[in-house]
Amino acid sequence: MIFDGGHPGNSESKARQAPDRRSGEDWGLTPPPGSCIFLIPARTGPGGLANGANHTMQGTVMFIDLTEEERMIQKTARDFARRDIAAVAEQSNRDGVFQDDIYRRLAGLGFMGMTMPEEFGGVGLGNLCLSLALEEISMVCPSTAVAVSVHNSLANYIIHTWGSDELKRRYLPRMTSGELIGVYALTEPNAGSDVAAIAMSAARDGGDWVLNGSKIFISTGDRAGVIVVIARSDPDERTRGLTAFVVEPVFPGFSVGKIEHKMGLRASTTVELVFEDCRVPAANVIGEEGMGMKIALGSLEGGRIGIASQSLGIAQTALDEAVLFARERRQFGERIIDFQATRWKIAEMATNIDAARLLVRRAARLRDAGRPCGKEASMAKLFASRIANEAVYDSLQIHGGVGYTQEFKIERFFRDARVLEIYEGTSEIQRIVIAKKVIDEYERIFPA
Amino acid sequence: MKVVVLLKRVPDTEAKILINQEGTGIREDGIKYIINTYDEYAVEEGLRLKEKLGGDTKVTVVCLGPAEATETIRTALAMGADDAVHISDPALAGAGPFTAAAVLAAAIGAGGFDIIFCGKQAIDDDQAQVQCILAEMLDVPQVNAASSFEIGAGGAAAAVGRRIEGGEEKWESSLPVLISCDKGLNEPRYASLPGIMKAKKKEIRTKTLADLGFHEVPNRGRSRIVKWLPLPRSGECRMIEAGEPADAVRELVRLLREEAKVI
Repeated sequence: MIFDGGHPGNSESKARQAPDRRSGEDWGLTPPPGSCIFLIPARTGPGGLANGANHTMQGTVMFIDLTEEERMIQKTARDFARRDIAAVAEQSNRDGVFQDDIYRRLAGLGFMGMTMPEEFGGVGLGNLCLSLALEEISMVCPSTAVAVSVHNSLANYIIHTWGSDELKRRYLPRMTSGELIGVYALTEPNAGSDVAAIAMSAARDGGDWVLNGSKIFISTGDRAGVIVVIARSDPDERTRGLTAFVVEPVFPGFSVGKIEHKMGLRASTTVELVFEDCRVPAANVIGEEGMGMKIALGSLEGGRIGIASQSLGIAQTALDEAVLFARERRQFGERIIDFQATRWKIAEMATNIDAARLLVRRAARLRDAGRPCGKEASMAKLFASRIANEAVYDSLQIHGGVGYTQEFKIERFFRDARVLEIYEGTSEIQRIVIAKKVIDEYERIFPA
Repeated sequence: MKVVVLLKRVPDTEAKILINQEGTGIREDGIKYIINTYDEYAVEEGLRLKEKLGGDTKVTVVCLGPAEATETIRTALAMGADDAVHISDPALAGAGPFTAAAVLAAAIGAGGFDIIFCGKQAIDDDQAQVQCILAEMLDVPQVNAASSFEIGAGGAAAAVGRRIEGGEEKWESSLPVLISCDKGLNEPRYASLPGIMKAKKKEIRTKTLADLGFHEVPNRGRSRIVKWLPLPRSGECRMIEAGEPADAVRELVRLLREEAKVI
């Protein structure tokens, strides 16, 4: 099969034959030799309607099979997750314990600097590899994936992309080595989806900036070594009045506030960060004054691909657990996996997971190719988070009563899944982004 | 010091093994392959020795296997091995222990070595023969199923432990020596991400039978696989549910006599 970008009214022109491949339970792990390719639209949107040649121009075809290197990275992530993380996952989620040791060991293997260049101690890999790692970790412990995702796709990424050479040299080597965990502080009581409503103030004072206000729901905020903070540096400018800073927890005036008691992701801490006349050196401004909004928007895609990958891992485990359980459980003298009611759920889950994986990997590959992927990242996040919630729901239903107890893994994954449709941009925000892009594409081709 | 580690690519322990229609081997479709589990201990022990001795100690992986085995080799290189020899020749498909040992001996003998580490057996055919034949062919001492290993003073001798019932045997050997590794010898490391990137640049030298100086498959009629057969299906297990042990035994005897007709 070749998958195209899903353009309205353009379905038949892209249908082509390619060698068969097996179903997706193990998708991409040991791909058959040859070929499955993905057609990345030369231009997103319905351009093909006006000019069909655009869509099939050379160089737009992408392999969705994983390369040997990608499979090896996936395997290391899988082995580490299934051996080392699995050994502590149940306990740390039950007790709400953040496992510092796991992150040290993940860093030792290179997972805390995956997408950073070697000069800063990173591995120089792309978003696809990060996505594979997050999926594998999430299959075992979605909580653990939170800090890995935020650290890589937000903290590392923002400092590396917009930070000065000095900031990069000062922080990145210690972040990629795992000495400092990077977190991202944007959300406030009255600003989340609405980034421009950020109220936390940043005021110049001599050579420093002074921050005042608080950030809430900050993942891993209490373990942070580096905090990327977006604050309001100009009360009169709505979007250009935001600035990004690197804050260290040792800066005077910084403290950790309320610790949230969450429904799921309990082995990942979520806290309030309080800034009371917190002094930040001017050198710790990321980019320039007023670039906060640009940075916040520019880092969304990576974060969304990250959470979409986490969703994939959760969905996959929901399916795995459902099948393994249904094979053993007998009712009315039959294995429940032989009931049509069960089989339909399994078919639905497996199809959704494959579809989500295609969306996630397309977005990651596009991003690695340096191409626009805002719409694709939002689609991946919207779809993967939704089908993950459907999968845990159906899997728990297949488990029946025992699925509602802590004896079975699905209980934890059911709770962990709910926030997927809320953080890193709610599903509603994703739909706003997608709809706007789609409608804009039509506007360009068929001006009203 | 020259350290050689032998590697075999085997089906994942979780893979369901089916015999192909012709009875000439297993069905390879849908099977995931991994490094032979015991070979991982061998790789790890080789790397630990290199880390301990430093200097110009080099760990070379030698693998006999199909073209696809490069991914297995690359994993060992990503763990930290320096380079690799991949013996790959269509004529060697399904090679038995004698054949495997003969070509390995040719490849290893050519490069020279001080210590060979390998797994105590492959987890696919479980024959545990290759290393024994190989050591004989190379005319070096061998210690099998090592559970501990120390290099002696000056790197001139090896002290090897073997787990036995209630204790551990201690062996000492001069070098060169072949040591096959057992579970518990060490905890194999993961291939780190930087290691995976570095492995791409490491050399894998591919050798055919002809490259190793063979004009035909070395076997000398020692073994031949006649046919592969699936395991007979095991019968269904029946649980005898009776309150008292005596009643259960009575029922068991009745079933063995009347249904199974074996007593």
